[in-house]
Amino acid sequence: MGIRDVYRQQFRTTFASFVQYRASIFIWTIERILEPLIYLVVWSAVAKATGGSVGGFSVSQFAAYFIVMMLVTQVTYTWVMYEYEYKIRHGSLSFALLRPIHPVHTDLVDNISSKLITLPLMLLAATVLVLVFKPTFSPPLWAAALFVPALLLAFSVKFVVEWTLALSAFWTTRVSAVNQGYFVAALFLSGQMAPLSLLPHSLQVAASLLPFRWMISFPVELLLGRLNARQALIGLAAQGAWLALGLLLLRTVWRAGVRVYSAVGA
Amino acid sequence: MRLLRLLWVFFRVGAMGELAYRANFFLQLLESAVDLGTALGGVVVVFSYTATLGGWRPEEVAALVGVFFLVGGAIRLVVQPSMEQLIESVRDGTLDFTLTKPEDSQILVSIQRVEIWKLTDFALGIAVIAVALLRLGTRLGIWQVAGFAAALLAGGIIVYSFWVILASLSFWFVRVENILVIFQSIYEAGRWPVDLYPPWLKIGLTFLVPVAFATTVPAQALTGRLTWQHLVGAFALAAFLFAAARLLWRVGTRRYSGASA
Repeated sequence: MGIRDVYRQQFRTTFASFVQYRASIFIWTIERILEPLIYLVVWSAVAKATGGSVGGFSVSQFAAYFIVMMLVTQVTYTWVMYEYEYKIRHGSLSFALLRPIHPVHTDLVDNISSKLITLPLMLLAATVLVLVFKPTFSPPLWAAALFVPALLLAFSVKFVVEWTLALSAFWTTRVSAVNQGYFVAALFLSGQMAPLSLLPHSLQVAASLLPFRWMISFPVELLLGRLNARQALIGLAAQGAWLALGLLLLRTVWRAGVRVYSAVGA
Repeated sequence: MRLLRLLWVFFRVGAMGELAYRANFFLQLLESAVDLGTALGGVVVVFSYTATLGGWRPEEVAALVGVFFLVGGAIRLVVQPSMEQLIESVRDGTLDFTLTKPEDSQILVSIQRVEIWKLTDFALGIAVIAVALLRLGTRLGIWQVAGFAAALLAGGIIVYSFWVILASLSFWFVRVENILVIFQSIYEAGRWPVDLYPPWLKIGLTFLVPVAFATTVPAQALTGRLTWQHLVGAFALAAFLFAAARLLWRVGTRRYSGASA
């Protein structure tokens, strides 16, 4: 049985179980719609208060930024950091260890399934927001084409980085503090709260040096036509580098972590 | 008085349970502080580009953030844990133990669990309000303080009643904890003045999910922009929701069939 069959079967199983427990998945979707909407409203008010535009963003460009941001968040979100705290502390990770396949595969399938199920709701929300806020953006054709690989790379980097960080639960029971620190950093540095170009310079540098910009903000900037060809290529290279580094760390940390893992209540 | 005495008892029980894990206090304090820092950080970024936001000055929005933490802290201190436990006990039938006690059952379930460390949100909220008001240089008149207290009381009753209504749905439906999560995430919208939102959303945040009365209206009282019409409206809604919650609780407990029945 090849890895393709494993994936196919896993998809069938998780998809069925998500369709059954769809309520909780939809709730997280509402949260993902609401957050960009709040910041869209706030920044539109700022733009209006200062004569129509702030830091190169007009009201309708803010609308474009946050609506695209919402869709990019939909493609890139993961919940592994919450899940692994529970799995490792309560010992249910043991079941995953018994299977002859790396647990990251199951998590990946779970993740993609939940996104497929919530996609219609997200597209509906995006359509409504487009009609209400009338966004404008006009990316050059090459940027729109590069958006797709940039988006997929952004998801890959985010998934690998967060999966690796989730493994901190092997060593500490205070994972919620780790998670909170990470999510606060992500809120500012990945462009969810405001376009990165509006943040203080030092934060912009931090966002580019750390993986945060490449996990969410970069594809949004690309599709909004705010990057030139050189910046776009640098971005794709940064994503590739973080993905490679992330995969390496994932392997190393996982091996070390499984060694210190002692299942509870087994 | 009876209510306060009961609340004190449950508070002490909660404290006794938690004092064994004192390290949690510092962890919770850290988490609350980071949360607050994030909220204020957002305010700082926004106000680095503008002097006012929908007519609100930075210190006024900071005061609003304080109110947001104060009310949110109160919810997480007692309302949310108690209501979650209520839903759980309806499902597994342990609500029997509460219903047989010689005290009003709605009061008992509303204060049955107290998570004392959430007092950190509460305390930080008050601190932020105090600092914001000091920097505003407003001389708080007796009327402003009274208006704030009144608006906060009305907002508290509204939010509490709303939670009871949602949690009481568990008498009819099995999985309502999800609805509670939705309320939590919509409450986040209250970090900013609701006047900013487009009309349809503003109406939703005022009446559908009453976030406006819990955060914006008390903050308006502090910053001297509360009209008496707002206050009367808040109390009218509070009275209505409180009565609705009471009614739903009565009907619900009558429907409840107990454990292993």
